[in-house]
Amino acid sequence: MAKYDQKLIGELIDGTLEFYQLKEMMSGHKDPERFEIYREVLQERVPWDDPILLPYGLHLYIVQKKNGDRIVKCDCGHEFCHYKENWKLHARIFVRDTEEKMNEIYPKLMSPDTEWQVIREFYCPSCASQLEVEAVPPWYPILLDFEPDIDTFYHDWVKLPLPKGK
Amino acid sequence: MRQEIDEISKKTGHYAGLTALSFKESDPIRFEKMYSKLRGGIVHARETAKKVAASPIVEQEGELCFSLYTPEADSIVTSTGIIIHVGTMGAAIKFMIENDYEDNPGINDKDIFCNNDNHVGNVHTCDVHTLVPIFWEGEVVGWVGGVTHVIDTGASAPGSMPMGPVQRYDDGYQVTCRKIGQNDVLSKDWILESTRSVRAVKYWTLDEKTRIAGCHMIRDLVLDVIKEEGIQAYKQFIREIIEDGRRGFVNQVKTMLIPGKYRQASFVDVPFKDLDLPSFARINTIMHSPSEITVHKNAQLEIDFEGTNRWGWHPFNATPVSITSGIWVMLSQTLVPNDRINDGAYYASKFKIPYGSWLNPDDIRSAHSNTWHGLVSAWSPLWRGLSRSYYGRGYLEEVNAGNAHTTNWLMGGGIDQYGQLSALNSFETAACGVGASAVKDGISHSAALWNPEGDMGDMEIWELLEPLLFLGREILPGSGGAGKYRGGNGWQSLRLGWGAKEWSMFVAGAGVMATDCGLMGGYPASSGYRFTAYNTDIKERIKKQLPIPLGGDFDPDNPTWDSLMNCETIHRDRQAVSTQEEFKDYDVIMNYLRGGPGFGDPLERNPKHVEQDLNERYILRRYAEKVYGCVFSKENGTYKVKMEATDKRRKQIKKERLERSIPTKDWMKNEQKKIMNKEASLQVKHMYAESFALSEKFTNDFKDFWDLPLNWMIYEDELGVPMLGSHINRFKEEK
Repeated sequence: MAKYDQKLIGELIDGTLEFYQLKEMMSGHKDPERFEIYREVLQERVPWDDPILLPYGLHLYIVQKKNGDRIVKCDCGHEFCHYKENWKLHARIFVRDTEEKMNEIYPKLMSPDTEWQVIREFYCPSCASQLEVEAVPPWYPILLDFEPDIDTFYHDWVKLPLPKGK
Repeated sequence: MRQEIDEISKKTGHYAGLTALSFKESDPIRFEKMYSKLRGGIVHARETAKKVAASPIVEQEGELCFSLYTPEADSIVTSTGIIIHVGTMGAAIKFMIENDYEDNPGINDKDIFCNNDNHVGNVHTCDVHTLVPIFWEGEVVGWVGGVTHVIDTGASAPGSMPMGPVQRYDDGYQVTCRKIGQNDVLSKDWILESTRSVRAVKYWTLDEKTRIAGCHMIRDLVLDVIKEEGIQAYKQFIREIIEDGRRGFVNQVKTMLIPGKYRQASFVDVPFKDLDLPSFARINTIMHSPSEITVHKNAQLEIDFEGTNRWGWHPFNATPVSITSGIWVMLSQTLVPNDRINDGAYYASKFKIPYGSWLNPDDIRSAHSNTWHGLVSAWSPLWRGLSRSYYGRGYLEEVNAGNAHTTNWLMGGGIDQYGQLSALNSFETAACGVGASAVKDGISHSAALWNPEGDMGDMEIWELLEPLLFLGREILPGSGGAGKYRGGNGWQSLRLGWGAKEWSMFVAGAGVMATDCGLMGGYPASSGYRFTAYNTDIKERIKKQLPIPLGGDFDPDNPTWDSLMNCETIHRDRQAVSTQEEFKDYDVIMNYLRGGPGFGDPLERNPKHVEQDLNERYILRRYAEKVYGCVFSKENGTYKVKMEATDKRRKQIKKERLERSIPTKDWMKNEQKKIMNKEASLQVKHMYAESFALSEKFTNDFKDFWDLPLNWMIYEDELGVPMLGSHINRFKEEK
């Protein structure tokens, strides 16, 4: 079974691997150590010390706070909420609900018709990264995309000790 | 046996109760040898038999598939191709078992059966199954199934994804597990009836020979394997290989996913209000497909479609067999590409498909001939759900923002260039854009959810089938969803009527809604539109050597084709589904194949990649600037990105984002008021009313989220729209 080091996983995250390297990763059996190495690489890259429990999205992490809380946090340092809550409700939102706003990103005939569907952009209130986009009809509840079972994952699946808050 | 297998599998949690794989463990080399022989033989049968067909859909594109089954109709090994039919053909064999076919019409050696009945579990009418039992010493030891996608089944409109059918009785020639041959010979009555029921007869006939040839090659192969290895070993093998497949699936779930819940939703438009259809079908609706994936502690994968809205009077309905078999197709492209592809995965998963929804109609009248319109949109979000798992675990190479809506379907029929009654159904759709991943761009014009071996076909081969000439085949800028990694682009072909007589054409695709969505900051792929022009002066213009429309509709905000011809009618609009219109020589029609969704914030895209996209015409300049925040200079027709100015521009856009956005909770207060006042278009209100009428859970979640008072509700019957066929309604007694 292939083993990949921190440098290679770093290049995977950066999107700089050659296709033949990606092909090997896709076609071979998965390396069970991946999560641990990946988590370490990401931990070194973020500018704060809270241990990462789980990467939650591009820029987003579930981190362990000292007081025991598990918090959704942006890599810029912005803290959204407890991980069971929906971070999007604590973000900033911009809704493309007119033809004019749609036309900023698509030609008119190639964009959703806002009588049927709108585009919702969710930004980090601190660094303004676009963290998620929803394309839904008006009135649609904001989706809680992911509720991980972190304890089962650590205890029973990857069999690693949970990182402790600093 | 069918019932016994289900019971013991359920009771023990192992397929056929196999808690140990004694054959595989005691004699692994012989076990693998048998697997390789069968798998190799089935792949070979598909590759060989497809050469019999005349239809390029089969011969060139490979839209066919063969699969081998146990006597109880569980799949053992399968070829590649349109493998959704591993499930549908299995369902057909199970239908025969449940309906006592053994007694009447009897199941005998060398019988040939045919099925394409949508309500038995087929995907849509044009996917025709040939089913052949395999006998050893007087006993059924298995079944082989072969499927091809035929061009036409004689529905109310020509083509295999017809627009026109609104109920089963318009939906084409349906054959319900019929015995069509004995002693390896087709019955004359079957040949006569079936060939008089469809338009493209020679293609239909040769497709049938393709299926029978493949089935008989596989029957011979299985009998050879039994002769060589013995019947006992074969019987043991076919059970163990399925349990092995189940174990492989469970192992993959545990290796690649994260336990928990994943929620997503998708939508596709059904803009039927202005179409030439029965009054009860003339209504704009939205197909709503919410899904919740649960990855259980024990690695069981559960997918629940609670909240899905009603089936309708359109050909886009589906059956539980087609949605679950399609999920399995999708999983074979991401979670389980390397393991045994058979029914083992099915035994390791659990599905909830609400009765009465468009995924499970409660009415045999429902039409299904263009079911993919709904299905491909319903599967696309599942990629995003699984991708959150891959992303969290670090398997970034597996992330994919989702499949494109595999449309447009360019279709038509009439008298072709050979003077024969025929139909066309372009499979250029097999090569749509693919979703972006977390490490690289999506692939352009490359694949379809239902067959990842994408092939757009040779123009010269299509022109043999169709009374049309190509005036263009071009990548469509901006059709891939924007993102840090761009979704694969779609493309367009422009066709000119040529040699057609008494011909009609129409389009069928997603129009005013994006059916996919970007992931983690990426945007959806662009949505659809239509371009057709009738009674043009192109013939005269060619004679006078004047310019004519060529290539692609590069920027539909600033079109060029329209000024390059005079014509009586142009449709340049959002009506991406249409019914038949007469189409003559020198009329033109555009076929627009959709792109895939993007990944990540577009402002994080490497500016050099944006420059490359612009120079290679994957994006338009104004969107390179507005969406990606890049600034360019232009020299000798080539764009060059200005890094410093780009950096500044991107910072400026980030500032603008904070200025134009508001805290989500403030926005929610505003949106809640709109809901209280019922301010939304009719089709949006109708979609919610249908989901509310079918699902208490969806209703409660909706009302909880928006904090709506107890008495707030939207009922279908307050909307003044036709309600024919809306039987299941949990409000019926309450109101």
